[in-house]
Amino acid sequence: MVLVLAIGDLHIPHRSPDLPAKFKSMLVPGKIQHIICTGNLCSKEVHDYLKTICPDLHVARGEYDEDTRYPEMKTLTIGQFKLGLCHGHQVIPWGDLDSLAMLQRQLDVDILVTGHTHQFTAYKHEGGVVINPGSATGAYSSITYDVNPSFVLMDIDGLRVVVYVYELIDGEVKVDKIDFKKTTAPHSPH
Amino acid sequence: MIVDGIEDEEKWLAEGIAAIQQNAFFMLRAVDSDNLREALKYSAQMLSELRTSKLSPHKYFELYMRAFDELRKLELFFKDESRHGVPVSDLYELVQHAGNVLPRLYLLCTVGSVYIKSKEASCKDLLKDLVEMCRAVQHPIRGLFLRSYLCQVTRDKLSDIGPEYEGVDDFVMDAVDFVLQNFTEMNKLWVRLQHQGPVRVKEKREKERNELRDLVGKNLHILSQIEGVDLEMYRDTVLPRILEQIVNAKDELAQHYLMDCIIQVFPDEYHLQTLDILLAACPQLQPTVDIKTVLSQLMERLSNYAASSMEVLPEFLQVEAFAKLNNAIGKVIEVQVDMPIVGAITLYTSLLMFTLRVHPDRLDYVDLVLGACVRKLSGKPKLEDSRATKQIIALLSAPLDKYNDAVTALTLSNYPRIMDYLDNDTNKIMAMVIIQNILKNYTCISTADQVEALFELIKGLIKDIDGSPVDELDEEDFKEEQNSVARLIHMLYNDDPDEMLKIICTVQRHIMSGGQRRLPFTVPPLVFSALKLVRRLQGQDGEADGEEAPASPKKIFRLMNQTIDALSFVPSPDLALRLYLQCAEAASDCDLEPMAYEFFTQAFILYEEDIADSKAQFTAIHLIIGTLQRMNVFGVENRDTLTHKATGYSAKLLKKADQCRAVYACSHLFWVDDHDGSRDGERVLLCLKRSLRIANAAQQMASVTRGSSGPVTLFVEILNKYLYFFEKGNPQVPTSAIQGLVELIRTEMQSDTSTTDLATAAFFSSTLRYIQYQKQKGGVMGEKYDPVKL
Repeated sequence: MVLVLAIGDLHIPHRSPDLPAKFKSMLVPGKIQHIICTGNLCSKEVHDYLKTICPDLHVARGEYDEDTRYPEMKTLTIGQFKLGLCHGHQVIPWGDLDSLAMLQRQLDVDILVTGHTHQFTAYKHEGGVVINPGSATGAYSSITYDVNPSFVLMDIDGLRVVVYVYELIDGEVKVDKIDFKKTTAPHSPH
Repeated sequence: MIVDGIEDEEKWLAEGIAAIQQNAFFMLRAVDSDNLREALKYSAQMLSELRTSKLSPHKYFELYMRAFDELRKLELFFKDESRHGVPVSDLYELVQHAGNVLPRLYLLCTVGSVYIKSKEASCKDLLKDLVEMCRAVQHPIRGLFLRSYLCQVTRDKLSDIGPEYEGVDDFVMDAVDFVLQNFTEMNKLWVRLQHQGPVRVKEKREKERNELRDLVGKNLHILSQIEGVDLEMYRDTVLPRILEQIVNAKDELAQHYLMDCIIQVFPDEYHLQTLDILLAACPQLQPTVDIKTVLSQLMERLSNYAASSMEVLPEFLQVEAFAKLNNAIGKVIEVQVDMPIVGAITLYTSLLMFTLRVHPDRLDYVDLVLGACVRKLSGKPKLEDSRATKQIIALLSAPLDKYNDAVTALTLSNYPRIMDYLDNDTNKIMAMVIIQNILKNYTCISTADQVEALFELIKGLIKDIDGSPVDELDEEDFKEEQNSVARLIHMLYNDDPDEMLKIICTVQRHIMSGGQRRLPFTVPPLVFSALKLVRRLQGQDGEADGEEAPASPKKIFRLMNQTIDALSFVPSPDLALRLYLQCAEAASDCDLEPMAYEFFTQAFILYEEDIADSKAQFTAIHLIIGTLQRMNVFGVENRDTLTHKATGYSAKLLKKADQCRAVYACSHLFWVDDHDGSRDGERVLLCLKRSLRIANAAQQMASVTRGSSGPVTLFVEILNKYLYFFEKGNPQVPTSAIQGLVELIRTEMQSDTSTTDLATAAFFSSTLRYIQYQKQKGGVMGEKYDPVKL
């Protein structure tokens, strides 16, 4: 069992002063094995903060990130799953599922994690999963009105992944759970 | 003699101890055989050793303790009349036959304590007798220890007053008189000690003298333990007499120690009720006395007392503690002209702490203290002393910590004035403390006036003050400061749009003076704060938001246009371009076409003139396309102009692969997949064909210069775009085109395996698998895909 935190679009300090206190108290060191971050951290402080939660931090570069070390896209393998990470502003139309599916094919991954829209989504798609953890600070977005702060925890266990969504609605943390099963072993090129 | 060295002193001490032990041995043998005469003889000889003048106070203390232990055994013997057969009254006379004065007085004190306990004579007379007799020893060290012995052997008789003593009230008075007299004598001896010996070893002597202070202080401790000393007696007799001695001593060491001693040993409620008397003594002390520490101690004790129970608070009001302390501090500062500034600030800090504890509701008191501090600082240059600046930070942090609400601090008129006396670095530290406090407590600063006051406080972070060179700053520190300011901007909020606009204007005015290094940090939060307001206004009735409304989206957009413009001059074109696009989309949402067009034009100008890096261009063009794709405000003409520009710039990117990708992304500009979006299949196809041509050109270039990344992946990407529009029902995308692309890619990959990387192969096969999946899905989509043969 591996816990993966998917989080992004924090936009601190451009659009938000800080992570919600309730999220901060949940995100404690020592519980999470990997962090995949969809970018737009916007400051080194946020990077350092995420590192304290878990040192294995993977970040894709958002359009507001100045840190040139972040790649535009990244793939990594966790257990039986191949994951793809991209902020998403490169995929036009923004947030469009069919276009994201193309990126998923391009990266050849089981789970594609993108951000940019500030709207939590999780779709099963052609045997894969496309996840957007939303904005952890509920930052302003031109795409989504009334953004609720959210992040995603993925519990990867064998061929199964349970996606927990934590959403802060009116000051209360709401948790949703979505279950995905992978039917085949990771596919290889013909 | 004193400089003869430690070795000699050790030798003398060893000799003294040996002599004490030898005489004690014979004394105890005499005691064991109930031989009073012998016991007295040897005890007197033993005590003679204490007559030495050769030892430092520290060594003398060791010697004294040896003798003290032996005297306890002698006292037990004296108590037991059956053993020596002499009544205590006779014994009291008998010991006075000892030849030397010091042994005689030690023995007299020892018998005296037994005599008092026996109650065979008037306690009052005995105490008076003893304390008077001890005057015979005027050598400071010997006298101090002798009187300390007197203290020691009588203390249990003083503090433990039972009904068996006749006339308790009188006795309390007698006991108090006795201790006060002993204290007076000891204090004199102690003060006189400083005049012993040569001037050159004064420092060492003061150190030694300091070691003896607790012998004197012991008297005050005993006074505090006499149960009969009530407030009235303390106020009318005990405290005035102690203070009289302290003031008359005219000695810095004694005054500081004893004042502190009073504060520590007597109960808090007594201090509160006698504040007048205690504080009146302060200006009478020597000018060199560290009175600030004494007063700080007093205020700290009183603060803790106030915090201990709500019930005591009325007492503080009743005695007007604040006014008295405030007065006393003012006087002390006035009298002690040489007091360093840090001392004065320390005093005010203590008074402020006291005020916050005792009168948390009296902000006027808090401001009064700060005001007094300002007066002390006024006319002086900015503080250089790091201890003083640290104290000021403590002073200014106290109200923040207490109220956990920076808004309260903003109402204190003297608060910013004190900050003006800080040097730039400290001023910034304090500004950071204020910001951190706001962020930590989620304090909302909700009016433009408060924002104005806040920016006045933190101006050290907002702009360069009197031309201090910015580049001397540590880059990391600067970023941290500016990020804090940026975070702060989100805490400035009001639900009322008109007030919120005022806040935004205030912030804008301040941050515009920040200079080019700060703007990239401060402009984005302001823009997003403004866009949030726009969105709120947008939700309200659209028609009414004409020019007459104080807060209208138009007004805000105009302000943002100026603000972002300043950022582009920094220059920070990448950030400015992104913010223009955000505004453009927001204007589109408000149905303000000219505004949106203006923002877009600004973005294009930046793109053309200021964004030179190919990677930055590629990202920027994607943001332009992505934003434009979502905007529905534009009429045909404006839209055509903008889409034309976007595709034009896409095709002009530096790298072929970038061109290809940007151009196929442009295809989405002509196909907006919602109900009223435009769908121009022909122009979509034009884009796709154009990207295909670019991919071909890229491939030809690659075949010339082997080794560059295979452009085959571009074909697969384009194939996927074809599939996208095919599925969306674009009639311009026939199955034959898809079929053709699939064949093309197959051929390329077979003929050119050397340059086809694994990733491209995987991409292609997952695309084919997708087509297969769609074909097998059946239904409309399956039918649509049926002609495609894999």
